[in-house]
Amino acid sequence: MAFISVFDVIGPNMIGPSSSHTAGACAIAYLAQKMKGGTLAKAEFTLYGSFARTYRGHGTDRALLGGIMGFSTDDVRIRDSFSIATERGIKFCFHTDEKETDVHPNTVDIRMTDESGEAMTVRGESLGGGKIRIVQINQVQVDFTGEYNALIIIQQDKPGVAAHITRCLGDKKINIAFMRIFRESRGQKAYTIVETDDLLYTDIQDELLANPGIMDVMIVQKEEA
Amino acid sequence: MTDFKSAKELLELCGRRQCLISDVMKQRECDLGETSMDKVCSRMERALEIMKQSAFTPLKSPLKSMGGLIGGEAEKLEGHYRDGMDLCGDVLSRGITYAMAVLEVNASMGLIVAAPTAGSAGVVPGLLLSLQQKYNYPDARVRDVLFNAGAVGYLAMRNATVAGAVGGCQAEAGVAAAMAASAAVELTGGTPQQSLYAASTVLMNMLGLVCDPVRGLVEYPCQNRNAAGVANALIAAEIALSGIRQLISFDEMLDTMYLVGKKIPYELRETALGGCAATPSGCGACGLS
Repeated sequence: MAFISVFDVIGPNMIGPSSSHTAGACAIAYLAQKMKGGTLAKAEFTLYGSFARTYRGHGTDRALLGGIMGFSTDDVRIRDSFSIATERGIKFCFHTDEKETDVHPNTVDIRMTDESGEAMTVRGESLGGGKIRIVQINQVQVDFTGEYNALIIIQQDKPGVAAHITRCLGDKKINIAFMRIFRESRGQKAYTIVETDDLLYTDIQDELLANPGIMDVMIVQKEEA
Repeated sequence: MTDFKSAKELLELCGRRQCLISDVMKQRECDLGETSMDKVCSRMERALEIMKQSAFTPLKSPLKSMGGLIGGEAEKLEGHYRDGMDLCGDVLSRGITYAMAVLEVNASMGLIVAAPTAGSAGVVPGLLLSLQQKYNYPDARVRDVLFNAGAVGYLAMRNATVAGAVGGCQAEAGVAAAMAASAAVELTGGTPQQSLYAASTVLMNMLGLVCDPVRGLVEYPCQNRNAAGVANALIAAEIALSGIRQLISFDEMLDTMYLVGKKIPYELRETALGGCAATPSGCGACGLS
């Protein structure tokens, strides 16, 4: 069983009104922008289930927009995130999809486009009490919480790539807590998510990319409390 | 490694080490969270600071909620108390005012500390800050007993649930009140056993309470129930401090709260389909936003 901290009980410190619909929404978007990196030009949100039905009264929209601008769940600017995004020249829109029922009740798709026009779509679920997980990156199923330092590696599905990844980490004395590989289909694009106990430095990126089977590497550092 | 999986184990640890529940919980956080006592304490101080802001601000500056169902309740209660019209006496009257204030801040997208959830965030600060005012406890004492409240809430999270969608309001406001009662007992000089008797009493008295928010929003009746949580916590603490024992342990009450929660119909577990949410007036405010 995962460790339940006293600050999971007396906490999180958060902008209300709902740990799942406000804090969780903010946390999903916050994690999404960390995964994407770069300067955000446009954010499109699609809300499902209870998110779709009650988002206005819970400020889910403001929380998502705040999170995508890098505001943490206790940032009082969340309330004014619409005007702040407009000031920053970030385009945003919200859609609801109440037809799709085969999703967790509090699910959101976030499509982020940066200044160069490059886009990335992330699907997140708000699990309650502010806990969240990312379940899709660009339509590929993944499972990732942001509670550890993590590498998200986009690669080709072929022999030797995983061995290269573990060798790079081993050489740097980085301990792997969890490692999983998700793929679109055999021989196509795959995602490896490595969660580590130790901090990840950017030099690991270059070493990983030395293998021609690896297309992209994202580093998502854990938040220090 | 300091850790415990039940109230029974927690009491054994307190007995063996001759220490308080808050001491065990602090040590557990240092050991399992791989951090230092200083960091743990300063993080809790920050939580206390936010609790105070959210409990006191709306007394002077009323806030309108996002959903429009609540706003200005804390100022009204404050005025009633200032006029000397309170029926509840200092501790309870202040306690319910602060608890409702926190929910006002929460519903207006202000900063609060979930304890254990946002919808039940008023109970713990409501009672503890009221007791602090009445008996002049230093901040460090209140900070310490927040670890006691955390221990009780952790057991509920681990062995039952604190989600209204899973267990109804008894799991949210109920657990919050159990946390507040246990912490209040330690704050006022009670023993670890008395703390857990108080927590057990609260769950008993709030058993079966449904979660039926009007329009699905964390506003109404949530705010009233935070006030009720303070009253329940205060009653339970007084019963425990007088030396009355409880037949049913906190562990057993948590188990039964969880079982009862699972039997609560779907309509009465945060779906806004039953209870207060389905009354003509509650539904009049319906048309989910």
